[in-house]
Amino acid sequence: MRTRRITAQIRFETLSVLRNGEQLLLSLILPLGMLVFLAKTPLLSALGTISAGEDPLTVALPGALSLCLASTAFTGQAIATAFDRRYGVLRQLATTPLGTNGLIFGKLGAVIAVVIIQFALAFAIALGLGFRGPVDPLALVLTTLLGTAALLSLGLLMAGTVRAEATLAGANLIWVLMAGVGGLVLAHPGEWGTVVGYLPSGALGDAMRAAVGGAGFDVKALIVLLVWGLLGTLAARRWFRFE
Amino acid sequence: MYESALTIRGLHYSYGAHHVVDGIDLEASTGSILGVLGPNGAGKSTTISLAVGTRRPDAGSIEIFGLDPHRDHEQTSVLAGVMLQDGGLPMSAKPLAILRHLAALYPNPLSVDELAEPLGLHEFSSRTIRRLSGGQKQRVALAAALIGRPRLVFLDEPCAGLDPRAREVVHTFIRDLAARDVSVVLTTHDLAEAEELADEIVVIDRGRIIAQGAPEDLRNASPEGRRLVITVARPASAAATASLDPGNSSLLTRMNAIAPTSAKGTTFVITGELESTQIAGLCAAVADAGLAITDIDMASQSLADVFFDLTGRPLR
Repeated sequence: MRTRRITAQIRFETLSVLRNGEQLLLSLILPLGMLVFLAKTPLLSALGTISAGEDPLTVALPGALSLCLASTAFTGQAIATAFDRRYGVLRQLATTPLGTNGLIFGKLGAVIAVVIIQFALAFAIALGLGFRGPVDPLALVLTTLLGTAALLSLGLLMAGTVRAEATLAGANLIWVLMAGVGGLVLAHPGEWGTVVGYLPSGALGDAMRAAVGGAGFDVKALIVLLVWGLLGTLAARRWFRFE
Repeated sequence: MYESALTIRGLHYSYGAHHVVDGIDLEASTGSILGVLGPNGAGKSTTISLAVGTRRPDAGSIEIFGLDPHRDHEQTSVLAGVMLQDGGLPMSAKPLAILRHLAALYPNPLSVDELAEPLGLHEFSSRTIRRLSGGQKQRVALAAALIGRPRLVFLDEPCAGLDPRAREVVHTFIRDLAARDVSVVLTTHDLAEAEELADEIVVIDRGRIIAQGAPEDLRNASPEGRRLVITVARPASAAATASLDPGNSSLLTRMNAIAPTSAKGTTFVITGELESTQIAGLCAAVADAGLAITDIDMASQSLADVFFDLTGRPLR
């Protein structure tokens, strides 16, 4: 019965994401568009991110996968949860047999379902564009799970503590910062690269670049993600307010 | 057969230093409608969220059919349905999809059609919640509270913002629930609604119960009985008011009460059991004082008057 309730909640949440135009733009169009753009234009070699003759997809694909995760687990869930909270949806669901835990498992399940769709499309496009780089499936799964835990818990923390409008603005701004300067899509050289390596965005970027097109496991980055996931979960449990 | 659907004892809850619920006891029996009446901010909605377990009380006990809404949430959440004041419906979904989803969360739900039909949800089932009027949302929220086939329903201001026709539909629905042995706890700040629907009314103000009983008992509880309200065209001049002063008029002295009560001095309220001859004499006295009478109203004590008498403040 409990499993059936959570499955129903995952299905409902997943369909809500897939039916929402803004969420689709954020979750699919922008990351996949960026994948194609970075793969087909000489931007990465002009920036010196890749050397001549290197496949831009070894950078573009992990970047797109990380961006997919940031869109779905962080920004998308933060905004959706903030407005559900504002309109009393969370309180209403908490009064049903689903309960608070079912609500959280429903969100986690929906994020994973959407991420699987995003990753399938991203890999299909990358393979179509000629990606032949190495992929470590275990490292990819571990990175995805730890990245989801860190970003989702921080997204929910934001949604459960500040006003819905502030979450809308903040979660979008943070998405732009993570993608632009946070080490999510591109590794940053020098001290800045070291700094962002300790942030969820940089650690996710590093771990993903190692798992897809790189050397496999970036243990330091995975530990950083784990710590953020634990901190985010504890903080969300402590400070999240239903109203 | 008597069975208590809801028993609340000594309930306390505060936000910081503000005591929102300050020692409330409630009892709802099977198949009865309990009206919880009070102004906005009296603690009605907080009491409901405590009763259904979305908040934890600072002190006191809550039992839903003998079960604790926190410890036994899985059972109490099936027994009790809730309609929250702000609806609690996801904005981007359609009404029937929401109800189908909620039905999947309960072990023995009603079919969506059993609710959609009598509540007229088919009229607007192709629109998302965001595109519905306030009254349409209220009807969906009521259906959401009932889809799990509850034996106790909490309805927080179920008719707020409804037009008279929709209100009648909802009232009929609530009476049908009680007739089918479902207990209803209904909060409202609408006196007419409480008087019309409730078997018992609890009046709450500032987190405390200030009166309770059957609607007719509450009305008759006031010692002042009927009241006569005389309205005059212009504010009474000081001289005119003086001529109506108990000291200046033998009639008014005998009746032992008259005083302009409104700030402008255009309204005179006389309470007590009045004889017809006394009313006639009173009107003559007002006319003799040079005041043009524009309205004379005799009303029995309404619950609004009861509330005013108890708190010194108007309801709302």
